[in-house]
Amino acid sequence: MAKHAITLNINGQDMDVAVDSRELLIHTLRDRLRLTGAHIGCETSHCGACTVDIDGASVKSCTVLAVQAQGADIRTVEGLAGAEGLHPIQEGFFQEHGLQCGFCTPGMLIRAWRLLQDNPNPSEEEIRQGMAGNLCRCTGYQNIIRAVQHASEKMQSGETAAAE
Amino acid sequence: MIPGRFEYHAATDVDDAVRLLAEHGADGKLLAGGHSLLPMMKLRFAEPAHIIDINGIADLRGIREEGDTLVIGPMTTESAIIDSGLLQRRCPVLPEAARLIADPQVRNRGTIGGDALHGDPGNDHPAVLMALDAEFVIHGRKGERREPVNGFYVGPYLTALDDGELVTAIRIPTPAAGHGYAYAKFKRKTGDYATAATCCLLEMDGDTCRRVRLTLTNVGPTPLRASEAEDLLTGAEPTAERIEQAAQAAMSICNPAADLRGSPEYKTHMAGEMTRRAIRTALERARGG
Repeated sequence: MAKHAITLNINGQDMDVAVDSRELLIHTLRDRLRLTGAHIGCETSHCGACTVDIDGASVKSCTVLAVQAQGADIRTVEGLAGAEGLHPIQEGFFQEHGLQCGFCTPGMLIRAWRLLQDNPNPSEEEIRQGMAGNLCRCTGYQNIIRAVQHASEKMQSGETAAAE
Repeated sequence: MIPGRFEYHAATDVDDAVRLLAEHGADGKLLAGGHSLLPMMKLRFAEPAHIIDINGIADLRGIREEGDTLVIGPMTTESAIIDSGLLQRRCPVLPEAARLIADPQVRNRGTIGGDALHGDPGNDHPAVLMALDAEFVIHGRKGERREPVNGFYVGPYLTALDDGELVTAIRIPTPAAGHGYAYAKFKRKTGDYATAATCCLLEMDGDTCRRVRLTLTNVGPTPLRASEAEDLLTGAEPTAERIEQAAQAAMSICNPAADLRGSPEYKTHMAGEMTRRAIRTALERARGG
């Protein structure tokens, strides 16, 4: 079986890697590139723990072949925090107790990030619909919704301050 | 879980995909969004030796209007269907159904063609496309042919598409302006297949139904067309009694299998309820509600 040489741009950095045809992107990220933020949960595209951002869209990386991501721009949870500290989304989950065991959290964070890129000021209903592909077995979701709202407010006030 | 071993081929255009399909015959399988196929491969329900990825073929994506026909590329994602202003104006039942499929991440990858051609009786687009009197444009080694969606589904995972053939477009006669529509889907949770679902499209002439289409999802080995229920409403005033008769007629053709979603009796009952809701919603919308 032939290996495929692919280049992925992950969190702004080009990475070259050789993958098998049958290798799933989540395994490439975790096992070859040691980006272990995205988790392996249900493995059947339900739970969303493996969510990453590919070319501007949230994707469950357990259901994409790594070879299909050739040339893609990928953002993982490792790409959220900056030199100045936690990203407002991470801060929101922390402030609003949007996590307990934390297993689903990396997928939640990167999905919430994309949701707020596409819709900076979502209604509660839009957050519920937008986060529907990420399961959490601890929180009951209420605090996750609040965490996204917290981040939305903070990101918008940050933008306003910058614009002024 | 990791799929079994296979060779991966990225098709560059339709001719290349047809050539690869011909070369690998029954050992080859097209990869669209992959959200039905890859889970099946992980579970070893499918073990194709050759995967032919058609994600790189730009010609297979997009939604456009050609005269009085809507033409949708099979590789158009569910998210693109939902976001399409053209479909929202001309054929809003498609975005309505797509919003009820899976979840945001899956809809970003899952395609209308993958859903419509996989042959899974739980998939939603087949019944909707049947109600829309759509047809598939099919390419194979012998050239192009067209196949109506009505009659296309033969059994579970069994369609009129032959090995070596590729659907290159879905053609939908643009529904009449002011038509009523609804896709009523009952599911247990986000991401689930339908326990039962009904698609209703209707055109009114004053108080009379001029034209009605009723199709059912996941209550038989294939999507079902409820012809008797359609006949009961066509040319008649859709009174509460008529709607009830149509729902009973729709229930009479259901033949669901028992599974975690319920017994055949329960699923048939829900198909009746979805039919009532779909007709009522479509009527409201046809009347401008």
